[in-house]
Amino acid sequence: MNLRTIAIWAVSVPLVIAALGFFHQALAAAGWIAFFTWPFYFEVILNGLLQGVMYSLVALGFVLIFKASGIFNFAQGSLVLFAALTMVGLIEMGLPWPLAFVATAVVMVGVAIAVERVVLRPLVNQPHIILFMATIGIFYFMDGFGQTLWGSDVKVLDIGIPKDPIFILGGVFEGGLLVQSFDVIAALCGALLVAVLAVFFQYTRIGRALRAVADDHQAALSVGIPLKTIWAIVWSVAGIVALVAGIMWGGKLGVQFTLALIALKALPVLILGGFTSIPGAIIGGLIIGAGEQVAENFVGAAIGGAIQDWFAYMLAMVFLLFRPQGLFGEKIIERV
Amino acid sequence: MSQATASQTAAPELAGEAAPAAESARALLSVNNIEVIYDHVILVLKGVSLSVPKGGIVALLGANGAGKTTTLKAISNLLRAERGEVTKGSIELEGERVQDMTPNDLVKRGVIQVMEGRHCFEHLTVEENLLTGAYTRGGDRAGIQQDLEMVYGYFPRLKERRGSQAGYTSGGEQQMCAIGRALMTRPKVVLLDEPSMGLAPQLVEQIFEIVKRINEQEGVTILLAEQNTNVALRYAKYGYILENGRVVMDGPAERLRENEDVKEFYLGLSATGRKSYRDVKHYKRRKRWLS
Ligand SMILES: Nc1ncnc2c1ncn2[C@@H]1O[C@H](COP(=O)(O)OP(=O)(O)OP(=O)(O)O)[C@@H](O)[C@H]1O
Ligand SMILES: [Mg+2]
Repeated sequence: MNLRTIAIWAVSVPLVIAALGFFHQALAAAGWIAFFTWPFYFEVILNGLLQGVMYSLVALGFVLIFKASGIFNFAQGSLVLFAALTMVGLIEMGLPWPLAFVATAVVMVGVAIAVERVVLRPLVNQPHIILFMATIGIFYFMDGFGQTLWGSDVKVLDIGIPKDPIFILGGVFEGGLLVQSFDVIAALCGALLVAVLAVFFQYTRIGRALRAVADDHQAALSVGIPLKTIWAIVWSVAGIVALVAGIMWGGKLGVQFTLALIALKALPVLILGGFTSIPGAIIGGLIIGAGEQVAENFVGAAIGGAIQDWFAYMLAMVFLLFRPQGLFGEKIIERV
Repeated sequence: MSQATASQTAAPELAGEAAPAAESARALLSVNNIEVIYDHVILVLKGVSLSVPKGGIVALLGANGAGKTTTLKAISNLLRAERGEVTKGSIELEGERVQDMTPNDLVKRGVIQVMEGRHCFEHLTVEENLLTGAYTRGGDRAGIQQDLEMVYGYFPRLKERRGSQAGYTSGGEQQMCAIGRALMTRPKVVLLDEPSMGLAPQLVEQIFEIVKRINEQEGVTILLAEQNTNVALRYAKYGYILENGRVVMDGPAERLRENEDVKEFYLGLSATGRKSYRDVKHYKRRKRWLS
């Protein structure tokens, strides 16, 4: 990401939002959709973006592992569930939530190391499809193991984040925009996590080694970067990202089996943002979150709803046709 | 497998000249009769021995597929990542067996390979590439900063390009970056694989000059694999010629340069009449080399 890309985005995003607004306004004027008001439109977009941050969080876990090892980690969703289950379990055992958080983080690091030792290390040098199959195995194992350990009832994960509706931006819009405080706080946590990760990747020795491994395994090995350690670190980071995602999603939807399936929501985000780009995962999540809400609330309301379920996939399909590497997929440098 | 050493398989006119006893005693690195197999079945090295004296520049020469890269990877143990393994013989660094060590251990002990085709980290900047070379050194900030300046001293071009993504720099700059990155590990011996590949003759000369200065001023030993026999033999002190996974000839560089076989098959010159039947003893080798 350089200044030029940032400038392009800074100009095009408001343009696209405005254009979509006028488009829906025109639809309303033509009587195709029931109604349109600008404050409601912005409210929908804002809520969509907040939702999108949560998608980004899940997608981020995929990107980390894909970048470092070229593996599409199907198990990421089960890591989210496992983390949430463990956290709830520990809280139910009487631990205050900050302690439970730290303990769960330690457990996730343990899981990461176990996965590296037991599954990835023996399969090193195997074709990627085999590693992918192995992650499917991990998915079912984590899924079952988590439920065996902590039970399969729907649980409430409450770490005291307020869930009241609040009105923001009252100065700009009459009456303000209605959002859930939980969503705002979740989004802020997500943003914080991303910022910390960005600094870690950009400026630390280990972060640099992670990017080096992502670029060229062989060369990384040749300068003495221990791939196995790096993989264990990447899985640990992915595990902690899963924990944060688990707390947010679990807090919103309750902790239950279906949490593992939010991985399916991350897929279109990845296609949109590119499998190798952290900014891509974030922006992809935001676009899908906002797009989905707009589609659901305006067009969806007119044609009977449920657009939300397939909108993201449709958008992803369009992207696959026109820009298969995604918005931010790493440019393949073709120069010798 | 024959137990023949390098000196026994050398061409007759060089016999006795190979690796004098005094030299091998001071060897920093010695490879003793190794055999390398890829994928459990493909036998590539069939008993290669060589000795690299401390502070020397040794060249490993040979045509495509002779086994130069394989030899270097056996030493740096990058072989395992390619499903290759050393099945016979031994590799010693300062008298210590190193063939079961990981590349990470070897880098810490001062053995680093600059891979064929440079392999810079494309999406990292030139400076970040150099810094990855210091990975095994942990948090020695002052030392790392000092070495960064040392590398920039040898390669001023890298200093100019320090903020560019390595993938967008030229081939020559990438080669410099790869060598600089290796220097950042504080190596005892650099295994340099085909640094001349794809570069203009002038640039090749320039890079070899710098490598020679590094060798002299930093005391870094160089084991160089090259197809460019001409350049390699001008900078190296000693050379080994590999063919089909065996050392077929070795000797001091100036002797190899004057050797008729080397002249004809590797340097592309022939002092005597090329078609003369006097060369019949070379005929077999030529056939193999030219095939
Ligand atoms: N990973 C591998 N698996 C199987 N065979 C291999 C592998 N790498 C190299 N070989 C084989 O080993 C032989 C020697 O290869 P090597 O790369 O060592 O040659 P080289 O002397 O470096 O050649 P070049 O000058 O082309 O780089 C070749 O016949 C090659 O096909
Ligand atoms: Mg080679």
